[in-house]
Amino acid sequence: MSEHAVTLTVNGVAHARTIEGRVNLADFLRHTLGLTGTHVGCEHGVCGACTVLVDGRSVRACLMFAVQADGRAVTTVEGLAAADGGLDPLQAAFREHHGLQCGFCTPGMLMTLTEFLRENKTPSAAQVREAIGGNLCRCTGYAGIIAAALAAARRIAADGA
Amino acid sequence: MATTPVPGGQVGRSLPRLEARDKVTGRAEYAHTMRLPGMLYGKIFRSTVPHGRLIGIDTAAARAMPGVHGVYAGEDVRKVIPDPYYGPAFHDQPILALDKVRFVGEPVAVVVASDPHVAEEAVALIAATYEELPAVFDEVAAMSPAVLVHDELKPAGTFADLKHLKGRKNTNVARDFHLRLGDVDKAFAEAAAVFEHEFRTQKVLHVPLEPFAAIADASDNRLTVYSGTQGPSFVRSELARLLGWPENRVRVKVPCLGGGFGAKLYIKLEALAAALSMLARRPVKLALSMEEQFYMITRHPTTCRIKSGVDKNGRVIARKCEVFWNGGAYADIGPRVTQKSGFTAPGPYDIANVAIDSYALYTNLTPAGALRGFGVPQLVFAYESHTDMVARALKIDPVKFRRDNLLRAGRPQATGTVLKDAATDAVLDRLAQCIDWGKPFDRGSGPIRRGRGLALGIKAVISPTTSVAAINVAADGSCTLYCGTVDMGQGSDTAMAQIAGEVLNIAAQDIAVTPRDTDITPYDMGTLGSRSLFHMGHAVRLAALDAKEKLAAMAREVGEPDGSNTPVAELFRKKYGMQAGNVIGAGTYKPDYTPPDSKSGQTPNVTPFWMVAGTAVEVEVDCETGHVRIVKLVNVADCGRAINPRIVETQLSGGSLMQLGFTMFEKMNIEGGQVTNASLADYKIPGMLDVPATIENVTVENRQENGPFGAKGVGEVATFGVSPAIANAIEDAVGVRVTVLPLNPEAVLRALRVKAGSPLDSE
Repeated sequence: MSEHAVTLTVNGVAHARTIEGRVNLADFLRHTLGLTGTHVGCEHGVCGACTVLVDGRSVRACLMFAVQADGRAVTTVEGLAAADGGLDPLQAAFREHHGLQCGFCTPGMLMTLTEFLRENKTPSAAQVREAIGGNLCRCTGYAGIIAAALAAARRIAADGA
Repeated sequence: MATTPVPGGQVGRSLPRLEARDKVTGRAEYAHTMRLPGMLYGKIFRSTVPHGRLIGIDTAAARAMPGVHGVYAGEDVRKVIPDPYYGPAFHDQPILALDKVRFVGEPVAVVVASDPHVAEEAVALIAATYEELPAVFDEVAAMSPAVLVHDELKPAGTFADLKHLKGRKNTNVARDFHLRLGDVDKAFAEAAAVFEHEFRTQKVLHVPLEPFAAIADASDNRLTVYSGTQGPSFVRSELARLLGWPENRVRVKVPCLGGGFGAKLYIKLEALAAALSMLARRPVKLALSMEEQFYMITRHPTTCRIKSGVDKNGRVIARKCEVFWNGGAYADIGPRVTQKSGFTAPGPYDIANVAIDSYALYTNLTPAGALRGFGVPQLVFAYESHTDMVARALKIDPVKFRRDNLLRAGRPQATGTVLKDAATDAVLDRLAQCIDWGKPFDRGSGPIRRGRGLALGIKAVISPTTSVAAINVAADGSCTLYCGTVDMGQGSDTAMAQIAGEVLNIAAQDIAVTPRDTDITPYDMGTLGSRSLFHMGHAVRLAALDAKEKLAAMAREVGEPDGSNTPVAELFRKKYGMQAGNVIGAGTYKPDYTPPDSKSGQTPNVTPFWMVAGTAVEVEVDCETGHVRIVKLVNVADCGRAINPRIVETQLSGGSLMQLGFTMFEKMNIEGGQVTNASLADYKIPGMLDVPATIENVTVENRQENGPFGAKGVGEVATFGVSPAIANAIEDAVGVRVTVLPLNPEAVLRALRVKAGSPLDSE
């Protein structure tokens, strides 16, 4: 199995590793770097639990090889909270509005919505539904997730004003 | 800080979940994510035939692969567990197949390797030979002994109501339950009209987003298992039984669960992981893929026949229910579903003459077990579809027909147990009100037609079961709660802390809830069947009261006047001269219960509480394609007193959406015993865009008098009415009746074409 040198930043921290070409980004983050907040559900790009940001764009970490992230900046759920542990507005809203139950889909939901809210400052409920139409949750029935996303958008807008 | 009196109670607060912070930061730990030092990975080689004698397994190529630590088959397991059959109801399931395989996907051998990918590759090098046997897949066909899945019934002895089945041969009926009330034959003869219908539900599965995972770490006299299980106490006692060890040598630790819904009950991967760790003499992890979940546990497909006799006033005077539960190859908890849910088959109706015959059948499919409702959603689909069909045939308004026949609090249910604290009236009234029943509405035009439907169901919590809890008050006054209820997402940790906080006058978020660990947390029967809030809620309440009384005694001992407000930390300092000591409160709860008569099924006390809920919908049917769009969906539940209203709402919303998937599209496609859609890409579960445009959750607050602070379980109730409400609304819209789930476009279009006199070709 051929090995490849990979250099990338994850949550602002630079990492250099030599890895096998077959290792996907999810396994690299979870096993090689120990960032287990990125969850693996279906392992074929359907459930969205493993969603992370690569150069700010959401990707399914189970469908991307780690070597493809060479030279890029990755953000995972561990990178959302402030250095002092303070939750970001989206995390806080998920907690406050019961946007989660078992929590397994939550990291993927948060990462998908992080990208969405950056580009949609005043989203409608319909837009939120569309944005996370590709992230599955088996517990909540989604109502709390939509409420949380809308609340986070309002909070971000208020903080930015 | 922790002892600061809290203004207002803890019960009734919509407190954010205690563990939410860990879950939004990625800190929460799940079994699927855990790793131990020196750990090996197991991957399972599975049967490719539904029924066959195992002739041989060739593992040589797999053993020779670099990185492979060992390859183990059924006979290897016998070296460490001589009698390797397990199960909660029957000891019928081998840890790895021995003489026979009984379903496609049954574990036959395991490769243990240092890397999961190596293990997976080595599994592909294993070859097994089988002598194929005829197989049986259909639950009604399995009533005949033409194909026998098991030679003999082997009840576990755990449940008294199954002991009589021991040694039965020449049958696939794992459990038969019968109930007789009044004289059903005489009543049918006297009825003005008799109606009989058959309903079928399909094979669906739980799909927790975190697939099953367990790690076992065995040494010579100690076994530790880390597992995403809903029932650590059972896992411990069953592993101890298999090993012939006392329970105190087996430890089961439970990290967060990424969903459970009944799948992660009883033994699933734990016995296999334990055997592998003992054989490999290293910690071994088994973590399934999403695909492999299709070969672990599913819901019961059912065939349900209902016959009703109605008098000239529109009163149902007789009902006969025949229910066939397709339990798959191993019993799991199926025999209990057959009785514990079977006795509610006549529905929430006051019927003087009832006969129920309920059968658990072995077939050559993936085993079936508990799934959010324990069989009740399948029954409600049958009896509430039937109720509408009868009402329409009699030209009686379906809501009026329900009102006229409703079982109300104070009246005996079919078992003879009197219904108490069950707001059947209020639930039905709110359903009708929320969907504007009886009012004119836009019925659509052209190919798009609209209709409305509703349905309600009833469930009895499983009884008798036991929960134990403990509370430790530290010398600074802070409290730690020990309870075995597993928070798999339903919010039990938060609710239990609220109950303890209510008694002790402490803010719930200041109470630490200890992670489940059988060395530390006391016994609990299991997190299942909406029992936890009631049973464990009581145990926690009693433990908190015990601690409170002990603190009061300590106050008297150190000379505090009655009713003194002295902080708890000060009491400890006074008693011990420093910050030292503990007060430990304990509580045990087990409700009263009277077993049903073995012939008539009658008992004055079948359950400590009843669940009542329903769903009303408005749908749009496209007559050209058969597509059904749910315009509005309203869930109404009697939830007793809500301990945490927001969590109740989430449970209702989540439960109904899950059932909406089981109603509209979820289906395991099975050909010749082989599941052909075993992946999330091919087996669709509801996504954001499947949520009805309007969804409302309404709770009818109705204090459960014997519940902790008036509360009762609510985790399953929103599943009850969804399927029949939609089927009823489809008939209301376009005049066709679909009696087989799912109500997918094909099923609806076929029914429409039959009605139009131009049926589609069969499949």
